[in-house]
Amino acid sequence: MVAIADSVPKPASRFRFIFDRRDVLGSLMVAPAILYVLLLVGVPFLMAVYYSVSAYTIYDPSWSFVGLSNFEDIIEDPSFRQTLYNTFIFTFGSQTLGLILGKFGALLLLRPFPGRKLVRALIILPWVVPVALATVAWQWMFDSLYSVINWTMIALGFITRDEAPNWLGTPELAMLSVIVVNAWRFFPFAIVIFLAGITAIPQDILDAATVDGAGFWRRNYQIILPMILPIMAVGLIFGIVFTFTDLSIVFLMTQGGPIGATSVLGFAGFQTGIVSGDVSHGAAISVFMLPVLLIVVVAMLRFIRRREI
Amino acid sequence: MSAVLTRDIVKKFGEAPAVNGISLTVPDGEFMVLLGPSGCGKTTYLRIICGLEKQTSGDLLIGGDIVNDIPPRARGVAMMFQSYGLYPHFTVRNNIAFPLRTQGVPRDEIEKKVQWASQLLGINHLLDRRPRQLSGGERQRVALARALVREPTALLLDEPLSNLDAKLRTSARQEIKNFQQRVGLTTIYVTHDQVEAMGMGDRIAVIDHGQIRQVGTPIEIYNDPADLFVATFVGSPPMNIVTHNGGGYLGFRPENFLPKEMMNGGGFTEFSFRVDRSEYLGSERIVYGVTDGFESKQPITAKLPPAHVAEQNIRPGEWHPFGVKNSALREFDKDGKRANRH
Repeated sequence: MVAIADSVPKPASRFRFIFDRRDVLGSLMVAPAILYVLLLVGVPFLMAVYYSVSAYTIYDPSWSFVGLSNFEDIIEDPSFRQTLYNTFIFTFGSQTLGLILGKFGALLLLRPFPGRKLVRALIILPWVVPVALATVAWQWMFDSLYSVINWTMIALGFITRDEAPNWLGTPELAMLSVIVVNAWRFFPFAIVIFLAGITAIPQDILDAATVDGAGFWRRNYQIILPMILPIMAVGLIFGIVFTFTDLSIVFLMTQGGPIGATSVLGFAGFQTGIVSGDVSHGAAISVFMLPVLLIVVVAMLRFIRRREI
Repeated sequence: MSAVLTRDIVKKFGEAPAVNGISLTVPDGEFMVLLGPSGCGKTTYLRIICGLEKQTSGDLLIGGDIVNDIPPRARGVAMMFQSYGLYPHFTVRNNIAFPLRTQGVPRDEIEKKVQWASQLLGINHLLDRRPRQLSGGERQRVALARALVREPTALLLDEPLSNLDAKLRTSARQEIKNFQQRVGLTTIYVTHDQVEAMGMGDRIAVIDHGQIRQVGTPIEIYNDPADLFVATFVGSPPMNIVTHNGGGYLGFRPENFLPKEMMNGGGFTEFSFRVDRSEYLGSERIVYGVTDGFESKQPITAKLPPAHVAEQNIRPGEWHPFGVKNSALREFDKDGKRANRH
């Protein structure tokens, strides 16, 4: 080979292979995510924690430290204790209902039938419809005068017009209503979780159980359910965390009423901290969710790890 | 333990029949192997016997009773699956106990039976482990123990050795066979592996396209194949098939196709054989080539004992006189059925 011109060797740069180094490239790639979490989750969280131990209100924006007195105030307040109780009822009621609906829905959608794909697509709707729109529709269904539920029951002869329940005006029924709406929102997610879990079970195992003499119920409760329990628990963690902190449905449907019967932590924190301007007490209410959720989540994660198969 | 009998079983998925009229009798205590290529319907047939599929038509009798409409759990047959189907969330003990629990067997009785079954298969030291902590061979034994623990009317095995490595497969084959003889259990064993079929079966049913081609002892299947499919499916290398008498076929096993000088006595048919290639496999030598005057779709093979064959008799590229004893020739008519069957 004839060299036309000697190539001039470039001085090797120290940074020539900098992006081939795992530690450099890796840190660079992960940096946006870390920044995002720090700025949008970490900072507001720390601010909330500080507000909850300060005397900050919008009328007196002082940062003075008051210790745990805000927490003492809210715990002594009977309406807060009612709210805490409501939050548990709301969360576990709607999760339980959602899981039951999800399990049945998944079992129905597992069997082939004409139009299954369409139904599978449509079933996701409650989950993707904006919560404000859906809740307004539900509000009409629970309306004291125009409730289509009452109208149907009257038409079917179950009740008379005088007995028609005032869904959102009676404390127990109002709680039931928000639970139903939240379960309705959650159950498509539960269906997806159940479907993913059930379809992941090898057919051989189900066939083996059938041949071993297990009928429908035994197969469901001794084979399928224990096998999908870990993935179910993951779904439930999501459901619990989102429901426990949720305020949208209560805010849109009942405003916490009647007489605080449906007030939940998220709603109460918003009312006290933002609407009434008592930021420190509102923060204390919100921060109160943290230990509760922490215990629930840690317990469930431990459970999952032990169940891992 | 009971005899299993099927009468003209048909199973259609949509239009296409997966099982196309299988009638088969498996007497009490027999080890019956269903042998066929993949997709021939043998697994579907097995699933019909245990009740996981319902036949489109035909009768199934277990122990003399028609069980067409009896659900799987009441048929009393046990099945072992290709991937074993062990319950991953149960310990070995609970896996084995499961079929008993579904029958409502009392607790102490269950414990006794679990001990018995695990002793029988040598897995009593594994009872507290979970399936994922076991090796392939151990899983297979657990699956077998689970199948046996309730003393089934019949044992169905669906390619139970295909997940084991070659070495383990040989010993597992032996174990299953020994075990079956000891217990005397009616067994139906599905496989596509002719070595398993030949080595284990009391009788073999060769299945193709959802139909039985031949039922017989391994010797009958090998020496007297009923048709061309059986002749070419069983045996490795398969039987040589050449066209013959305008339309018919002539078949002979590679090990019966020998150089002329090895034909000592008796009537034999001579072929002129051109050797193309030869493979030395230690215990045998496989020689590939063509025969003069006979047409064949496949190359003709000869399986020779290396120690007794002179090198000049199989030199590649040359024509050599070869022969087959007349008693080893099999004639088939133009439809592929045996012509001179005795």
